[in-house]
Amino acid sequence: MQKIPQKIIHNKYLRHRKKFPHVWCPGCSNGIVLGAVIRAVAELEWKRSDITMVSGIGCSSRMPVYVDFNTLHTLHGRAIAFATGVKLFKPELKVIVVTGDGDATAIGGNHFIHAARRNIDLTVILLNNYIYGMTGGQYSPTTPIGDRTTTTPYGNIDPAFDICELALGAGAAFVARTTAYHATEAQTFIKKALVHKGFSLVEIICACPIIYGRMNKKGDAPAMMKSMKENILSIKAYEKLTEEQKEGKIKRGIFREVIKPEYTEEYDKLVKSLQASIGEVDNDRT
Amino acid sequence: MNLSRKPSDIEKHREGTIIRTDDSSVKMEVEIDEVRTEVDYKKSPVYIYYDWCAKCGICVAFCPTGVLGKKPDGSPYVKNPEKCTHCETCDRLCPNFAITGAKDK
Repeated sequence: MQKIPQKIIHNKYLRHRKKFPHVWCPGCSNGIVLGAVIRAVAELEWKRSDITMVSGIGCSSRMPVYVDFNTLHTLHGRAIAFATGVKLFKPELKVIVVTGDGDATAIGGNHFIHAARRNIDLTVILLNNYIYGMTGGQYSPTTPIGDRTTTTPYGNIDPAFDICELALGAGAAFVARTTAYHATEAQTFIKKALVHKGFSLVEIICACPIIYGRMNKKGDAPAMMKSMKENILSIKAYEKLTEEQKEGKIKRGIFREVIKPEYTEEYDKLVKSLQASIGEVDNDRT
Repeated sequence: MNLSRKPSDIEKHREGTIIRTDDSSVKMEVEIDEVRTEVDYKKSPVYIYYDWCAKCGICVAFCPTGVLGKKPDGSPYVKNPEKCTHCETCDRLCPNFAITGAKDK
């Protein structure tokens, strides 16, 4: 982990003259994740013009507004679909998709699993805050059982998605989970995901102290982040626990890191082989 | 913490922290460079941009050595400047990019 001075982040990577201070609520973890993404990019020393950041709709999806990359702010749930288009048109671009839990797994659920199955070279940074924050606190596919939201005032009865398990099942090449509290780890994982060739997912568990925290009496932002530290354990620490102790705990870490055939490369190969075979046919005719 | 009890302490804190009164985030780049030449700035290990601070309390809660304290309105100030180790935890955990503990600011 390399330390990146705040001054460089301000002056080089943020649209600090026009868009700051940002609109996220006090204590919202989205800013921490934005910092982790910028630090990972700064560590890799990539040109800003080589990166495209795509997002859908939601609190987390407001992130491209604040960074000075090529950015694309698209329809609700369709961030990965747009990113696929960008990547296929210009495969040399590094495409980062920033999306929320509702955006990626409810409305864009199909895009998400099929991009993972297809193994196209996107880096999906999924900010999971367990709720639809921007639209007023409706329950999302990741809201835990029993939690209160504006649409489940007596407690949620729907079982929640485990996003990493979903991505693993769909065949993603790189799957990792971390939290906003573990910002250094988030920076490392995002860096690994960015350099990984293929579909890479980094799920980052975020605190939403204003809507989710207030409705479920989770306390203020520092209290929510402290509970992340206690309940979201590394894979090693999680495996040591007994079955009873595992209740309510979540594991974080890199779950899969494999190299598989990548979609844009396969597509190029197919085009080239077809062009060659057509060329041969033409040669035969002449 | 009741600040009104110890006025001498407040002065000490003021010395270590630069409190910006104007709210012009437009000239931030220029102002950082201007502030760099001031004597107060060198004394303070942590620099807080009060214009951008949302008063969430994360930096105060997670500073590993307890450098920062909380003002009555919730915003941080440099309480124990000598304890800072320049670990930059506050840099990474601030959601508003409003604080830096780097040696080279």
